[in-house]
Amino acid sequence: MNILRKLLFSMAAVALFATAHSVCAKTPDNMLVIANRIDDINTLDPAQSFEFAGSDLIRNVYGKLVNFDPADLSKGYQPDLAESWTVSEDGKTITFKMRPGIKFHSGNPVMAKDAVFSLQRAVKLNKTPAFILTQFGFTADNADKAIKLIDDMTFSITTDKKYATSFVLNCLTSTIGAIIDSETVLAHVKDGDFGNDWLKTHSAGSGAYILVNWKPNESYTLKSNPDFYLGAPKMTKVIVRHIAESATQRLLLEKGDIDLARNLNPQDITGIKGNSDLSVYNDLRGRIMYISMNQKDPNLAKPKVVEALKYLIDYKGMQDSFLKGQYTIHQSFLPKTYLGEIDDTPYKFDVAKGKALLKEAGLADGFELKIIVREAQERIEIAQSVQNTFSQAGINVSIEVGTGKQTLAKYRAREHQIYVGAWGPDYPDPNTNAGTFAYNPDNSDEAKATGILAWRNSWFIPEMSKATLAAVQEGDRAKRAAMYQAIQRDHQQRAPFAIMFQKIEQTGQRSNVKGLNTGGAITAVSYWPITK
Amino acid sequence: MVTQNTTGKGWLKLSIPSWISGCGSVIFTVLITMVGLLFVTFIIGRVMPIDPVLSIVGESASRATYEAAYQELGLDKPLLVQFFIFLRDIAQGNFGESLLTARPVSQDLLRVFPATMELATMGTIVGVLLGVPLGVIAAVKRGSWIDHIARVVALVGYSMPVFWIGLIGLLILYGKLGWVGGPGRLDIFYVDIIPRVTGMILVDSLLAGDMVVFRNAISHIVLPAGLLAYYSLAYISRMTRSFMLEQLDQEYIITARVKGLSESAVIWRHAFGNVKVPLVTVIALSYAALLEGSVLTETIFSWPGIGSYITTALLSADMNAVLGGTVVVGLVFVCLNIFSDLLYKFFDPRAR
Repeated sequence: MNILRKLLFSMAAVALFATAHSVCAKTPDNMLVIANRIDDINTLDPAQSFEFAGSDLIRNVYGKLVNFDPADLSKGYQPDLAESWTVSEDGKTITFKMRPGIKFHSGNPVMAKDAVFSLQRAVKLNKTPAFILTQFGFTADNADKAIKLIDDMTFSITTDKKYATSFVLNCLTSTIGAIIDSETVLAHVKDGDFGNDWLKTHSAGSGAYILVNWKPNESYTLKSNPDFYLGAPKMTKVIVRHIAESATQRLLLEKGDIDLARNLNPQDITGIKGNSDLSVYNDLRGRIMYISMNQKDPNLAKPKVVEALKYLIDYKGMQDSFLKGQYTIHQSFLPKTYLGEIDDTPYKFDVAKGKALLKEAGLADGFELKIIVREAQERIEIAQSVQNTFSQAGINVSIEVGTGKQTLAKYRAREHQIYVGAWGPDYPDPNTNAGTFAYNPDNSDEAKATGILAWRNSWFIPEMSKATLAAVQEGDRAKRAAMYQAIQRDHQQRAPFAIMFQKIEQTGQRSNVKGLNTGGAITAVSYWPITK
Repeated sequence: MVTQNTTGKGWLKLSIPSWISGCGSVIFTVLITMVGLLFVTFIIGRVMPIDPVLSIVGESASRATYEAAYQELGLDKPLLVQFFIFLRDIAQGNFGESLLTARPVSQDLLRVFPATMELATMGTIVGVLLGVPLGVIAAVKRGSWIDHIARVVALVGYSMPVFWIGLIGLLILYGKLGWVGGPGRLDIFYVDIIPRVTGMILVDSLLAGDMVVFRNAISHIVLPAGLLAYYSLAYISRMTRSFMLEQLDQEYIITARVKGLSESAVIWRHAFGNVKVPLVTVIALSYAALLEGSVLTETIFSWPGIGSYITTALLSADMNAVLGGTVVVGLVFVCLNIFSDLLYKFFDPRAR
């Protein structure tokens, strides 16, 4: 008992001693500490990474040929490691001139051979995001010819057809366009894996930050690159910690142990609003919420019915209630911050108008409808809201909730009536969404174009498909933007898609943090402009 | 009959010494248990409605990319073949590579298990140091206020949801009062400054002689370990109480008292002496349960332990990681069992 008492006493003493020293909050002035969910990172290889947290890291560690400027994303892609480029007359070959004087973190100079290596490597590795490059006709077999070294600082890429230069360059701003230090990576090749195994956990970039370490599900640490060509970043160290819980992130933020909390839920966002030490940073992301109407259904195939249903959705009601702060009304298929975005919101909740349109369609007495929705809270709530508002026009709606797999299987088999969907763009070019919402040249069941949303809803649009293809080939950026605007306005009128919302991402930050940009819908976060 | 018996024993002793046969049977039991465990986990992993290939390549991958990953995982082979390939690899100490972390599972386990071990050990030590005396006192003073308090404490310990009590604890002790460190194992500034030896920061910082890091680590572990300690305390104190009650009703206790022994000798030497053996089992089990990693505690305190590692892996069909984690947890259970068997022999001469 005596020993026990002594032990207990000494333990209590240790605890007191320890705690007396732990009240030193506030992160150092030159260090940025971020709480984020980073358990989706499963590789750091730019040719393989396709997750949000991974794109965040890679954007800050690797340079790209062209890149978005965090100071103004709306300027579109800007020269980065490529200083300039020229396009051949047939529009198929782009010749890049590399920016001189830039070094990789290893000290090797950034040269054309590195760019050639990086792009060829991404095509040949053929991992998940490879389609972003291979859609231009690059294959493992032709990559050596199509992506060609000209001299130390010049190289060219030749696509299989004519594509809009802005399309190609937009794609090169995505993660897979990162330029890798070829000498460093070649030293780590194992059994012809192009250094994939090594790059999964290491980096070989030239960006603003140098990877120090990545501990899966725990943290990653970056240190500033003093030789970064845009100037050494103010924050000499960036630490991103995996904190899964929103409440925990909030606590750390309030306490000053972190500078940014990336995953606060709406309750916690509301909770920190009164705190003068903290502020909320809003950014639009690429995710879009829509409901779609299968054109195989005889009622839904009537244009008046499609139009009526678009008037029978309470956009504002949903935005201001359960989606508050997380989604904003958006009614066209290109997310804001994309080339060719439009701001038009022609549809408002209007029961009288909806009823009138149904009457014109000969369905004044209403009809039966089934909505399928996956078991995700916000989507179920959307389905319930739609069920309620449709019923006000006499449409009797039932909701079928299933797992993501079940509902997706039905959707892909075109067996649904109404589907509540979410869509995230794959790469920062308008074609990523236009090619799925506004493209369906072959509507037959045999086409099995299950990846195309228009096909899934059996919406046959030969004319609009042509317009979408034409937009992909238009060399002039401004003209191309105008083409997408026209397609979207036409789409808004006719499409069996009621596009409703665009995602807002809210980040909690300490008030002294300045210059944050989380990348909008088109790119990822930039740490280098941040100051405290 | 008697002669036969002795001959039999003598023959056995001659050919296989008893410790070898003992070890043999232990190893046999361990192997059977492990193979059974692995088989069940493997089957569950395969019938789960999650596509491991999709979780690697994502929705938008091309058919060829998908097929390549499918073959790379060996999923085109029959189930039984996959299982035997897996067993063969494990026998060579190769758990494969985790899909989620892109590293060998063995390396991951070496990273996450010490974190859990540190937490569970602290929790168990505190739980035992407080729980056992509490149980003994509650039994001795049966029906008194102290017994009632012990009961309420244990009941609350059992029934409070950990995510709630953990968050409230963080909110008050860390958020408002600043008495303890926040989530995570260390403050950001102290991460990665001491060399990694055991992976347990408390031990490593002592080995490095860095008291600043040690104190910081203590301030971070106090709350989660205290929480786990509370849970094991609740269980241990209740079990101790009932074991003690059983002993205190025995006649030898009356005899001891009649002999004029001091009350503390009666309680601690006689009654508690007999409680030690079952108590070892209870403590070993509760320690093992903590070593499995408590997902909720780990999530709330952002403690990178084995519980959240296995759970995350399971949810993304990262079967190598799940099976590797299961092997470790299984081994822990088996080892603790063997260890408590040894302790029995130490405490109870009859078991020798």
